[in-house]
Amino acid sequence: MTQIPEQQFVHKVPVQCTLNGQSTEFLAAPYLSLLEILRETLGLTGTKEGCNDGNCGACTVNVDGRIVDSCLMLGVEAQGKNIETIEGVAPAGGLHPLQQAFLEEAALQCGICTPGFLVSAKALLEAEPNADEHRIRLWLAGNLCRCTGYDKIIRAVEKAREEMK
Amino acid sequence: MHPYQYIPATNITEAVSALARYGNRARILAGGTDLLVQLRGERYELDAVVDAKAIPELVELTLDGGLTIGAAVPCYQVYENLAIAAAFPGIIDAASLIGGIQIQSRASLGGNLCNSTPSADGICPLIVHSGVVTITGVDGTRTMPVEEFSTGPGRNALGNGEMLISINLPKPAAHFGAAYQRFIPRNEMDIAVVGVASAITLDATGQKVESARIALASVGPTPIFAKQASEFLAGQTATEETFAKAGAIASTEATPISDMRGTIKQRHHLVEVLTRRTLVQAVRRARGNA
Repeated sequence: MTQIPEQQFVHKVPVQCTLNGQSTEFLAAPYLSLLEILRETLGLTGTKEGCNDGNCGACTVNVDGRIVDSCLMLGVEAQGKNIETIEGVAPAGGLHPLQQAFLEEAALQCGICTPGFLVSAKALLEAEPNADEHRIRLWLAGNLCRCTGYDKIIRAVEKAREEMK
Repeated sequence: MHPYQYIPATNITEAVSALARYGNRARILAGGTDLLVQLRGERYELDAVVDAKAIPELVELTLDGGLTIGAAVPCYQVYENLAIAAAFPGIIDAASLIGGIQIQSRASLGGNLCNSTPSADGICPLIVHSGVVTITGVDGTRTMPVEEFSTGPGRNALGNGEMLISINLPKPAAHFGAAYQRFIPRNEMDIAVVGVASAITLDATGQKVESARIALASVGPTPIFAKQASEFLAGQTATEETFAKAGAIASTEATPISDMRGTIKQRHHLVEVLTRRTLVQAVRRARGNA
């Protein structure tokens, strides 16, 4: 890495946000992604790094009700936001209907893409409880899986959709 | 990655003065879907990233006949607005197919424009909707048509210390329709081999073309306004045969290269096909039976 002249030393920025329902504060170097902050600063390793350039969706989190790739958002941009990660999906002592359906339909193999699929699918079913197969496939186009071939994932989301009604 | 300062600007003056202070070592952050990838890939180094999302003018989205799209307005806000979708169909076609849902939560049409790739899906629809950009720098504010903004791959008209504020689209005339289509080998999440946007204004009978605008993506160093094909259509009868002729003319205005996504020959062919198809779709929309 380049030697940084002294006047250019970058200071960490204090950030305050709501994370999985809890008020959370952290210090972020401005060049760290939200994904890096979640995993390395806050120890929330449920969110996965896949491609780290916005193609695969493994790092999907929910920010103010919208799904985003956390690798393409800076940690400092979390200031004042309401963020939900995979750690916030399950209710205390149980599984979310999507998680249960993924287990029952064997909608995962290696599991790296799974947290991203769950966070994405949850946002869809909460906004559109009647989303049909076509809508589900289109919505999940930003989440890549290299194991299952997608059909099992779509079936699991459709099963959870019925459970959540 | 080279460390940089994060400057969350709350007004244009702050942002412009930060850009002026750091020169080409600073860039504006809107959705970050291009910027953060390029920084991580070490395509360039920055000393400052100026977050523009707290600047009111950059997040403005106003439909008052015409449409003002702040440079940092994310795509989903544009396509989820049903009134905008009805009045500006070409814009909606593009905003709803850039990346997946995650990208559309953050990526902006202004960012697509400033990133200035020839394959940008967002630029050609802005051109055919007769978009005008507003640019502010330390020396003041200027405007220019969208088709003059891109100057080469990744290059544009922004000077040092200048930033894109908004894109302004005039109110569409009566009997106006527009469409954008691209060719990609899969259905989503890909870069256009060729993209074509067409806009058309019909006369009151709905049979004759009063005026048309056609723009081509991914077939030259910048998005191309196909002036000859556009002018050819004025006064013509709105038939598929006419549109095929316009496609052949548009193809002569394309200057594609062969690369991993497609060959010169394929791209010329695709310009013909997509020009005809987008004109047909634009006419359907102009006649109100889309």
